[in-house]
Order: sequence, then structure tokens, then C-alpha cells
Amino acid sequence: MDILIYGTINSIALALMALGFALVYGISRVPNFAHGALYVITGFITWTLLRTLGFNYLLSIVLSMLVIAVVGAFIYQLVLIRVRGMAISEIIASYAIGLAILEGLRWGGFKGTTYTLPVFIEGSINIWDIPVDLHRILVVGIGAAVVSLLWLFTHYTRIGLALRGMAQDERAALMLGIDSDIMALVAMASGAMLAGLAAIVLLPLGNIVVEKGYDVLIQAIAVCIVGGLGSWMGAVLAAFLIGFAQILTTVYLGPHFQMVVALFAIILTLILRPSGLFGQQKELEERV
Amino acid sequence: MDVEQRRKERLDRGIKVRTDGLYSLMSLRELSYLTVPRLVLIVGMLVLPLVMPSIYWQRVISIVCIYALLALSFDLLAHFVGLVSLGGAFFIGVGGYLAAILNTSFGLPPLLTIPLATVIGAGICTVFLLPCLPLRGVYFAIVSLMYPLALSRIIEALDILGGTDGIMGIESFPNRWVEQYFVIIMVLLFLFGTRRLVNLDIGLVLRAVKDNDQAVRASGMSITFYKAVAVFVASGMGCMGGACLVHIYMWSGISLLALDFSILPIAATVIGGVGTLVGPVLGCFILVPISELLRAFGTLRIVFYSLILVGFIVFRSEGIMVYGQRKYHQFERWVRV
Repeated sequence: MDILIYGTINSIALALMALGFALVYGISRVPNFAHGALYVITGFITWTLLRTLGFNYLLSIVLSMLVIAVVGAFIYQLVLIRVRGMAISEIIASYAIGLAILEGLRWGGFKGTTYTLPVFIEGSINIWDIPVDLHRILVVGIGAAVVSLLWLFTHYTRIGLALRGMAQDERAALMLGIDSDIMALVAMASGAMLAGLAAIVLLPLGNIVVEKGYDVLIQAIAVCIVGGLGSWMGAVLAAFLIGFAQILTTVYLGPHFQMVVALFAIILTLILRPSGLFGQQKELEERV
Repeated sequence: MDVEQRRKERLDRGIKVRTDGLYSLMSLRELSYLTVPRLVLIVGMLVLPLVMPSIYWQRVISIVCIYALLALSFDLLAHFVGLVSLGGAFFIGVGGYLAAILNTSFGLPPLLTIPLATVIGAGICTVFLLPCLPLRGVYFAIVSLMYPLALSRIIEALDILGGTDGIMGIESFPNRWVEQYFVIIMVLLFLFGTRRLVNLDIGLVLRAVKDNDQAVRASGMSITFYKAVAVFVASGMGCMGGACLVHIYMWSGISLLALDFSILPIAATVIGGVGTLVGPVLGCFILVPISELLRAFGTLRIVFYSLILVGFIVFRSEGIMVYGQRKYHQFERWVRV
């Protein structure tokens, strides 16, 4: 029973981490290797606002989400837009930005166990005699809300529809008057915001450490590949697959194998079904 | 108001050997035009250890050479096959740990462990990277990024291969001149070897894989096979670097899988000039000594390389070597339009 409960929580957490990456890649085809860095830096911004500047928790959350969206937009507008379409440069540039942020934070002394965010709601309840923190239940709620809001946004608003149009066929979207640069900018900003949201929701469960940046990046990528790069709903389903696999290995093998599970999932997907679970329409493009 | 409009005209230097494949060298001047740059590089690298002021800086030269091997492997993979490897540390780690095991457990001397680690390590790396070779796109970058991170976690968690302490008591090179000249000669051999390789038939196929893989497949050639060959050669270079590094430091540990080995070769390649093969080596000779001078700053060095890398890739993506070659091979003059 606890496998079921904690597996669900872990899966939702993975989905939250992965959605930002999936959104950016799906729309602008830029693999955002700075995703983990955006995740970690949001945690530190919130911490600074909350502890050093003494803002209200809710206010600092909102502010740091806005800041991270602006950071994402700047990364796109200053760097990635110039190398868009050049696959090698895209990868190297976003990877280098991510490394610069993470290692800069490490150098700036942000390490150790002093950096924690408070949980939203204290206390825990029992579900079938298994104690679960209220914050973890809130994670599930927020995750479900984000996924459904994202679905509504991309199906019923003008910008959302434009984003989906661009994800499907950039040239056709251009012909219909959708400015692909602005849309990619919006995608990058909202991707960064999703990374920030994931950070704010998930970081209270542990310390804010720089190493998390790499873990989050890798788990997000694993989820996206298993679900099919660029497919959002696939990412959510893959998050459940990997989430339960991780919890099962933690229970039966030990907690060190989470990263190995992610790696193994990627390798297995690449061998068996390279376009992922839900990436059929792009199969021809990616499989040579 | 008429503003004089000018443009820069570039003319290739008239030299027989550049016009066709025939090596019809007419004069000593043309001969030296071709050979002097190469000789400067070779002689320069061979003399370098002799003019270094201290043992510390000689050691730095060895480290430069190891990074140069990695940068060469990155350049070969990225700009001749189209595979971006973000995990140079994986090659270094596999080669290093193999050499360490062969040396401490089987008692082989360094001059045997290095070639063995190179070949076996290249095989291991190729097998590990094989699943993402039939695919186009970002998969190779992702998987190669994950291996060094995952491997260091596994070593830490399971406490295998010496765990966090690493493997100690590895034999060093017979003396420091052997160490020095071994790595230098290896860099020169691999440099001219890969230059030769990319101009052979297989090099043509590799470049075709990068430019249009469908056409290669339509010609009845297996893309996976050619990519695997390229990965074997490139990871072999990395593994050799790792093996040499282990014997230089007489220690093998998790720091072999550190990010420095992944990011510095990329930065060196971009600064030195992508796709030139000489450029990456040159880039290492610029970046690694700077990095040694900045040793006190710790991880700030990685920030520094990353920012240089972003700056170069966005604003000056041709790199030093391409710029230099253009100046060397072409006349430039302003002409009125």
C-alpha cells in the first residue's frame, strides 16, 4: 500500500520536474540543458527573499516565479535565439549556461544543509494506516492542477493554441501569422516558470543543494524520452512509469538506484521504441 | 552625400599545391609555406617541456596534452560525425579506472596498461553508447551527459572500485621525461592521425552521416556501424588520456568523472576553432594553463569556461584557428563597390 501512495507522489513530482523541459523542447525544439539550473536557482531566490529580505512566504514564491520566468526569457533572447536551429550549438550553449549557474551557486557558498524552505502545511494524516505529510498530498494536488491547467491552456487559449500549432509545424504556423520567435520566447519563459514551480513545490521536502540540479535535469530528460520527446501527455504517463519503478527499486534494492533507474529507462526506450511511448508522429524524423 | 562603399575582397594565395591534388611544389618558398606551420607545431610541442621553468609547469604540459586528446575526440565526434558528447569525463573515467585495475590487480606495467586500457575502454564506451547511435537528434548528448554522473553515483553508493577513496598505489611512469614525451607524442600522433582519418574514404562517409544520413543509408551503408567506428576512435583517445592521467597522479578516483573533463574540452574546441582538429589542441594550450592559474577559485573555473564558451559560440563561433587559417591562406584587401 505504501508503494502505491509514495509511488503516486513520486510520479507527480517527476511529472512536475519534466513538464517544463517537455514544453520547451516540444515547442522550440531547443533541448534546455539549463532546466536543472533553473530549478535550483528558483529555490535559492525564494530562500533569499524569504530569509534574507524577510518577505512573506506567498509573496516570495510569486516574486521568484516571476524572476525565473524573466531569467528564462533572457536566456532565450540573449543566447539561444542566436543559435537556434544549429543543433550542436544549441546543446553546448544551454549546457554551458546550466553549468555556469550551478557551479556559480556552488562557488557562492550555497551548499550544506542550511538552505531549506518551510513546508506549506505542517502535519500529516494517515491513509490506510500509512502516515503521509500534508505537504506531500498538496504536491499531488498541485501537480494534478498544473497538468490540467496546462491542458486547458493549450487547448482553449489563443497563445496556447499558437504554441501547439508551432509545435506541430513551425512553417505552417509562420504562414498563419504566428511569430515563432515570440512563441519560443513564451515557451522558454513558461518552461522556466514550470521548473520554478516544481522547485517551490518539491524543495520544502528536502534541502536545497546544487547537486539536485543535475538530478532534476536527468530525471526530467528520462521522463521526456520515455514519454516521447515533445509529447506532454506522454511525459505525464512516463512520469508514473518511472516514478513507480523508482519507488520499487528503493524499496527492494536501496535508495541509491534512482539515477540508475532513469538511465536504464532511457537506454531501454532507445533500444525498443526510440520515439517514446507517445511520439509516433515524429518517429520518422528521429529514427534514421 | 555619397558615402564611399567598400567591401573586403579575399583572394586565395596562388600556390600550385592548393589548386589541385598534385603535389607539384615549385620552390623552396612554396614548400615552406606548407611545412612551416606544421613544423612549428611539432617542434614547438617537443621543445616545450625543455623550456618550462619548473616541474610543476612540466606537469601542467602533461595535463594540457590529456585535455588535448579529449578535445580532439570531441571535435572528431561533433564536427565530423555530428554527435555531441557532453561526457568526456566518461571516457576519462573508464580509461582511468581500467588502467588502475590492470595495474594494481594484475600488476601490468604502465606501458602495457595504457594501450590495453585504450582498446578495452574504447570497446566498453562504444558498447555503452551503442543504443543511441541509430538515432538522430539530442539522444547522444543526453546519454553521454548521464553516464559520468550515474557512474560516479554508482561508485559512491556501492563502494566498488575503491569507493570515495579511489584506488591508490598505482605505478607511475619510469621517469618524468618518459611521462612527458609519451603524452606529447600521443597527442601529435592522434592529431595527424585523425586529420588523415577524416580525409580517407571513411572520413567522407562520416561527414556524409553528419550532413545527410538518409543519403548514406540509401547508399546501402549502415549508419550505426560508421558512427560506432567513430565513437570507438574518439573514446579510445579519451580512454588513453584517462589511463595516462591515472599513471601521472598515481591515483584513480571519482574526480576522474568530474565535470572539468566534460566542459573544458568543449570550450577549448569552440575557442580553438571547430572542425579544424588543430584548433582544439591550441585551445587546450590556452585554457588549461589559465585554469591552473585560477586553481584557487575552485568551481568558479567551470563558470569561467562556461561563460567563455557561451560568448564564443554566440559571437565568434569560427574560433581562433579558422581565423588564423583564413589570414594565412588568403590575401585581403578593400575594394570599392
